[in-house]
Amino acid sequence: MSNLQVSIYRYNPETDSAPYMQEFQVDTKGRDLMVLDVLHLMKEQDSGLAFRRSCREGVCGSDGMNMNGRNGLACITPLSDVVKGGKLTLRPLPGLPVIRDLVVDMAIFYKQYERIEPYLQNDTPAPAIERLQSPEDRDKLDGLYECILCACCSTSCPSFWWNPDKFVGPAGLLQSYRFLADSRDNATRERLTDLEDPFSVFRCRGIMNCVAVCPKGLNPTRAIGKIREMLLADAT
Amino acid sequence: MVTNITSFGRSGLSDWLMQRVSAVILALYTLFIVGYLLFNPGLDYYTWSGLFSQIWMRIFSLLAFISLAAHAWIGLWTVTTDYLKSTRLRVAAQALIILAIFVYLVWGIQILWGA
Repeated sequence: MSNLQVSIYRYNPETDSAPYMQEFQVDTKGRDLMVLDVLHLMKEQDSGLAFRRSCREGVCGSDGMNMNGRNGLACITPLSDVVKGGKLTLRPLPGLPVIRDLVVDMAIFYKQYERIEPYLQNDTPAPAIERLQSPEDRDKLDGLYECILCACCSTSCPSFWWNPDKFVGPAGLLQSYRFLADSRDNATRERLTDLEDPFSVFRCRGIMNCVAVCPKGLNPTRAIGKIREMLLADAT
Repeated sequence: MVTNITSFGRSGLSDWLMQRVSAVILALYTLFIVGYLLFNPGLDYYTWSGLFSQIWMRIFSLLAFISLAAHAWIGLWTVTTDYLKSTRLRVAAQALIILAIFVYLVWGIQILWGA
């Protein structure tokens, strides 16, 4: 028997007047399981436990959650990375409304993603073949296109917590730069104009929580810096 | 585009640039004043007053005051928009901050040229 003590955030709006923390004892049989495996073992004890998961290999981005105070994907986070003193605390992603237990309402996160118009815009006549791009221009998209929209970064960002309706957030801004940097997109001016206000980009204070938690190892702070450089170059 | 009317330059880009430029000016001014105090250990009123009677020092000081005013406006405006969720409270705080900055700025000019 090797018991792991797990403290988990529980909230069912239909029956609970307020959220509470529930304690579980999980027998890991001495294995270094992923946090998602532990959640499945807990669900065997209490089938009412609610959490999102899908691919269980860090590709879909469904199981973003807060593990011992740090956001990440439960499916690719081994216990040895997060457990301190034999104890694991699981909470939903911070700053978003809780629907039930670890399931959060990501509507405002997607709304900010939608706002940056995450698709190629080009008003020149379409060529007979696809729009070509040099290998050098294609390289500029590396470190940008890999985002899986798990929301670990935006929900670890205090600027997003305080103004989720106005600050685009690290995930949205990384994607914004992905299209600003794309040589095939020619809506650059319109995109920049929409970001110039004091909230959308400039509410970023550069504390780099987003970089610290990104499960894909991406760097939204760097992308935000690049957007600032483009805005400055365009307006001075 | 998010609309705003009480931020310093009505533009995130202009506020961001202003915050950085004013920070550099304030850093230079602080370095100069601290350096001056260190190199003049037995500082008396006449030396101090003589320093501030020179036009370049008045320009440098006024530049620092204006930088401080802009820097404080941009910084505190950001704090109020982060933490004061009640519109009434936020607008009142912003008005108070901007008013205080204005008073301090005029007071500073009066001290610089009044002596």
